[in-house]
Amino acid sequence: MLKRMVTKSGFYGTLTLFIAFSAMPFYIMLITMFKRNHDLLNPDNNPFIFNEPPTLQHLNLLLHQTQFPVFLLNTLLVGLAVVCITVLLSLPAAYSLARLAGNWGGIVGVGIFLTYLVPPTLLFIPLSRIIADLGLQNSLWALVLVYPTFTVPFCTWLLMSFFKSIPRDIEEQALIDGCSRLGAFFRIILPLSVPGIITVIVFAFTLVVNEYIYALAFIQESGSKTIGIGLTTELIRGDVFYWGALMGGALLASIPVAVIYTLFLDKIISGLNLGSGRQ
Amino acid sequence: MARVRFNDLKKHFGPVKAVDGVDLEIADGEFLVLLGPSGSGKTTLMRLCAGLEEPTAGSIFIDDQVVNDVAPRKRGIAMVFQSYALYPHMTVFKNIAFPLSVEGLPRQEIRDKVEWAAGLLGIAHLLERKPALISGGERQRVAIARALVRRPRVLLMDEPLSNLDAKVRHTARDELKKFQREIGVTTIYVTHDQVEAMGLGDRIAVMNEGKIRQIGSPDEIYQEPADTFVAGFVGLPPMNFLEEGGALTAFRPETFLPADLITDQERRIFNFRVERIEHLGSYLLVYGKVGDNLMIANLSLRHPVEEGTEVPFAVRLADIRYYDRASGRRIVK
Repeated sequence: MLKRMVTKSGFYGTLTLFIAFSAMPFYIMLITMFKRNHDLLNPDNNPFIFNEPPTLQHLNLLLHQTQFPVFLLNTLLVGLAVVCITVLLSLPAAYSLARLAGNWGGIVGVGIFLTYLVPPTLLFIPLSRIIADLGLQNSLWALVLVYPTFTVPFCTWLLMSFFKSIPRDIEEQALIDGCSRLGAFFRIILPLSVPGIITVIVFAFTLVVNEYIYALAFIQESGSKTIGIGLTTELIRGDVFYWGALMGGALLASIPVAVIYTLFLDKIISGLNLGSGRQ
Repeated sequence: MARVRFNDLKKHFGPVKAVDGVDLEIADGEFLVLLGPSGSGKTTLMRLCAGLEEPTAGSIFIDDQVVNDVAPRKRGIAMVFQSYALYPHMTVFKNIAFPLSVEGLPRQEIRDKVEWAAGLLGIAHLLERKPALISGGERQRVAIARALVRRPRVLLMDEPLSNLDAKVRHTARDELKKFQREIGVTTIYVTHDQVEAMGLGDRIAVMNEGKIRQIGSPDEIYQEPADTFVAGFVGLPPMNFLEEGGALTAFRPETFLPADLITDQERRIFNFRVERIEHLGSYLLVYGKVGDNLMIANLSLRHPVEEGTEVPFAVRLADIRYYDRASGRRIVK
């Protein structure tokens, strides 16, 4: 009895520790968003509580004196466009690499993954020439064009291993049951890949939201900025950090992503091939 | 229904000759079993027939049509995979209906046919379940129902019983043979299990290393093995071999009996040193040696042989087969 209680309290203690660790940044963002500057900047104050009454002043700055909603909308638009392009390109690429290309599939797959490893801090230099030549500076299209260079390889790689986990038998069965290769893909493989595709959508979207270097290099105009560069370039003026508004912006931007993750978490993790074959 | 013919069929995977020159004709409505150890090419031969592999050389005929370049879906075949390959995201009804809905049949016709197949296999009560929620034996029936629902010209089965436990397997084998007779579909059945092969096949083709070693009725395969491979592979325990000069003298363990049990004058007597006896319920296996050759005798009665003794054992001459030691081929004396 005692032993069980010790085990249980150990379990919940560890769990609480991890939750506190993960939730701390969100708590700091939340509380900083509503703190008066005087409260925030006084080193004698306890940083974890309101020492002075809260204020909406930072939120006001964020929502009305910057283009925060525009940043959000831009991020959403770029995100959606990039997700569409990524899914459309990486689905067929991953399928053919996983199933049709034989030994070359693996080699090309590794090659594709390697391109993902080239750091954007190097790649933005040649890419900025291309963007300039295309006349896309300060346009969201620059990002829509450039982001797939890292989302497509990453998602192709992800989907490849996903397709490999679907038993070949099922697909061959579909071929025998009257489907063409394409028909088998749409009728059998695609429905079975829904968890993989959702994972890819979430990852591609997150990669876009997190991206910083390319957006910073290609976009200078406020109206075309995405959330990542928008906040940091508009709310850090010289050496003045608008902490309250920065934190508020970061928090508001991360909530939708967190919600999406939570909604699809079990889809992302879920085992897939239950019951297709032997037990 | 249809005839199937393989004409000098070959399939090589790089240096590996999975199927190496197979000639075989399967009659309309026949139940042919491809029997062989793993890696003998039997599954590859079936996949060639299904169109899942392209032959390296040779041709495949279904009726009188060469189907080498015909897509699997256009061959009029159905297949039951070893894993059953049910579509996990569809209900049992949709699984069975799948080949029909791909064909674009009207809804009512699909329903009628699915109900016919489900009734035949006794799975009508499972139609709304997903494959994950039914047992292994039920999955196997669903897979067979899906194969039969389209009334295929040729039915291919790749070890469909191997995932069932021993008890279910026994009844499943019996039922399988019953459906096949009822529908009369030409069937090619792959297995490494000789009991299944003997029980199901109208004829058995024994394969090894990509080649067919012998084709014949189960009785022929058992009684008159064409070479030492077939003789050693079919039969449990396998045939006894006795090295005598350039030839091998071979006989089945159940024909190798204490000499006083064989009254026939046409017999050969051996001095059998009994080393170990296994009591297996309804019969005994007696292990021992004749000269330097390991021998096994299968005695159906509890005969008083004792471990460590030397006993005269005999075989009727009619039960002895001879093989060439170098080539392994049968010598008819």
